[in-house]
Amino acid sequence: MKDKSGQGRPVETQRATGRMRLRGLVRKEFLQILRDPSSIAIAFLMPVLLLFLFGYGVSLDAEHVPVGIVIEKPDQDTSRFIGSFSQSRYFEPVILFSMPEAVQALEAGTVDAVIHLRQNFSKNLNASRDAPVQVIVNGVDANTARIVSGYIEGAWIRWLGHEAKAAGTDLKIPVQLEQRVWFNSELRSRNYLIPGLIAIIMTLIGALLTAMVMAREWERGTMEALMVTPVAQREILLGKLIPYFTLGMGGMALSVLMAIFLFDVPLRGSVFVLFAASSLFLLTALGMGLLISILAKNQFVAGQAAIIVTFLPAFILSGFIFDINSMPVPIQIMTHLIAARYFVAILQTIFLAGDVWSVIAWNALALVIMSTVFLGVSRRKFRKRLE
Amino acid sequence: MWRRVFALTVKEFLALLKDKKSRLVVFVPPLVQLLVFGYAATFDLKNVPFAVYNEDNGSASRELLARFRGSRHFTEVATIPNEGEISGIINRQEALLVVHIGPEFSRNLLKGLTGSVQVIIDGRNSNTAMLALNYLRTIVNEFNRMWIEQSGGAGPPAYLVTRAWFNPNLESRWFIVPGIIGLLTLVVTTLVTALSVAREREQGTFDQLLVTPIRPVEILIGKSLPGFFIGLAEATVIILATVFWFEIPLRGNVLTLYTGAILFILSAIGIGLMISSLAITQQQGLLGAFLFLVPAVILSGFTTPIANMPPFLQDLTLLNPLRYFMVILRGVFLEGKPFHMLINQFWPMAMIGVANLTIAGWLFRHRLY
Repeated sequence: MKDKSGQGRPVETQRATGRMRLRGLVRKEFLQILRDPSSIAIAFLMPVLLLFLFGYGVSLDAEHVPVGIVIEKPDQDTSRFIGSFSQSRYFEPVILFSMPEAVQALEAGTVDAVIHLRQNFSKNLNASRDAPVQVIVNGVDANTARIVSGYIEGAWIRWLGHEAKAAGTDLKIPVQLEQRVWFNSELRSRNYLIPGLIAIIMTLIGALLTAMVMAREWERGTMEALMVTPVAQREILLGKLIPYFTLGMGGMALSVLMAIFLFDVPLRGSVFVLFAASSLFLLTALGMGLLISILAKNQFVAGQAAIIVTFLPAFILSGFIFDINSMPVPIQIMTHLIAARYFVAILQTIFLAGDVWSVIAWNALALVIMSTVFLGVSRRKFRKRLE
Repeated sequence: MWRRVFALTVKEFLALLKDKKSRLVVFVPPLVQLLVFGYAATFDLKNVPFAVYNEDNGSASRELLARFRGSRHFTEVATIPNEGEISGIINRQEALLVVHIGPEFSRNLLKGLTGSVQVIIDGRNSNTAMLALNYLRTIVNEFNRMWIEQSGGAGPPAYLVTRAWFNPNLESRWFIVPGIIGLLTLVVTTLVTALSVAREREQGTFDQLLVTPIRPVEILIGKSLPGFFIGLAEATVIILATVFWFEIPLRGNVLTLYTGAILFILSAIGIGLMISSLAITQQQGLLGAFLFLVPAVILSGFTTPIANMPPFLQDLTLLNPLRYFMVILRGVFLEGKPFHMLINQFWPMAMIGVANLTIAGWLFRHRLY
């Protein structure tokens, strides 16, 4: 079969030379990566470093919370009460002797909460009168304050139980909550934060890798040089995408291995689904970087934009740490534009719950749409820039 | 000397702001982010979707469920007819939790026995799960108090009266929004300075600058001032928005706040210039800025407390200027901390700034390529 444009070359050969050109481009890109180690640093060093730092650094599990306990009149009752606090790994009780001292400690931040047992505590207790226990928590960090007051309540209920048992009666509570936490029974925050972190790190790496590399070629004028060769635009884009996709997947594999073996996050889904979802997401992130670099004229703008539209939104709007359902509706709608949102949902499900298709399929579909849009728009804009 | 510094500063400002896109990325995103993040970054739960599996048809269970439904923290999304559907609805994330009430619930309560309510909750996000359980427990505690009162029984011998200081309604926005001031100021200041020397190195104009009569100290000052003014302006706008738009109480002294802000911006400039003078290309400069910014944000106590980190990381955060500024921001805004209680936050930032600026100035001359 001959084509009619008059070149007279068989399509087969054209395809073959196309493949050859592409191979040449990919090879050139790999050589460039090897010679300027900063891309390798982005792809491999960064995930390891970031995951290591964040895996240990980002934790919402408050343990050994310093709690000041003020006892105005120490006796048996109060020491039993304190006992229920000192046995727990959640508390680090600090005995204080007066309220002014406790207030000072709370203000200076040396304790996060103060529990105040008044002078008449055991008198009221033994007379079966109401014995109020004053609790003050430092509310500046509202999340920690809530968790700490939950812990204190737990210790109080435990103490009530012991007291009732000692008196030979059952603790009479009308309704008792029996909690069953699925997927993460110890409520270890690391189990959901690490999959989320992987999504954020991959957003960074994917977008940074392409954004910087392309912007550099534009700035140095080597892109124009490439354009005047017989290489097609599609081939230039593919030639950029393939090497950085490979690098990014390497970084991803490294992150998953670290999650499983270093941080003991269970992987309940299948590796294949994980691989497929990661490829989709990486394509989206690379597409995003590509678009940024084409729209931005120079590395300064490209880099700024890559940081501003990737890292911070992925950190705050992806549901990685802040619950999306609790955000105001306009912002909930906005989160649909954040690719990391879908990947966070997929990763948290694959790691902790398994291959739940109804969750994975919808989010994967969103990623397919986003990557198509990013890559498609990049291709169009790419053509325009030449003029 | 000052004329030369002035000329250099003007030139730096021009280099930064002449380009429309550069101007845009310096000023617009921080403000948009302040608005979006200010509303988005909250740990307070609203409208947690829950499903009910009620096998009991007594009045007690109805009353308890009415309390769950009435809370603004929870929204009922489904009623489940049998146990088999629990796993599906949780797996698909349609409901975060299922409240299961057994057939004996109301009967037990009326007999004076304990009725148990089972809560099956999705732990994929353990923080959300823990907070939702805390909210549920509060509702159940209130129910219990009412039930005891109505049935005339004796309550528990002691009870807790909990109050939160500095943030009585425990709104996490009060914690996060002051933190955003530090976060955005850091990002802008570091980015503006981190690329300033690298850009000139890449274009070869830095050598030209070095052979002019301008001394390295003057280059240092000339390169610092644009970042300083932009950082300070940006911080001021965000502080105003925090007070007047988000209505976060500013209980302390504005001067104390600005002492902290100025020292913080200086330390950020120091780090930015140091990265810039180490980098040969802009890509390296940007990568350096990145490798500093990302950990600096996450290890600052902005969202997750430093106290929860393992000891070696807690020590590492001592090198992070944002860590100190976070304490100052929250201390001045919410606690109204006076100047003298924050001195321990001021001097480390000053040290970080001076050390980095010194090294950067030295590197200007000694690292040519």
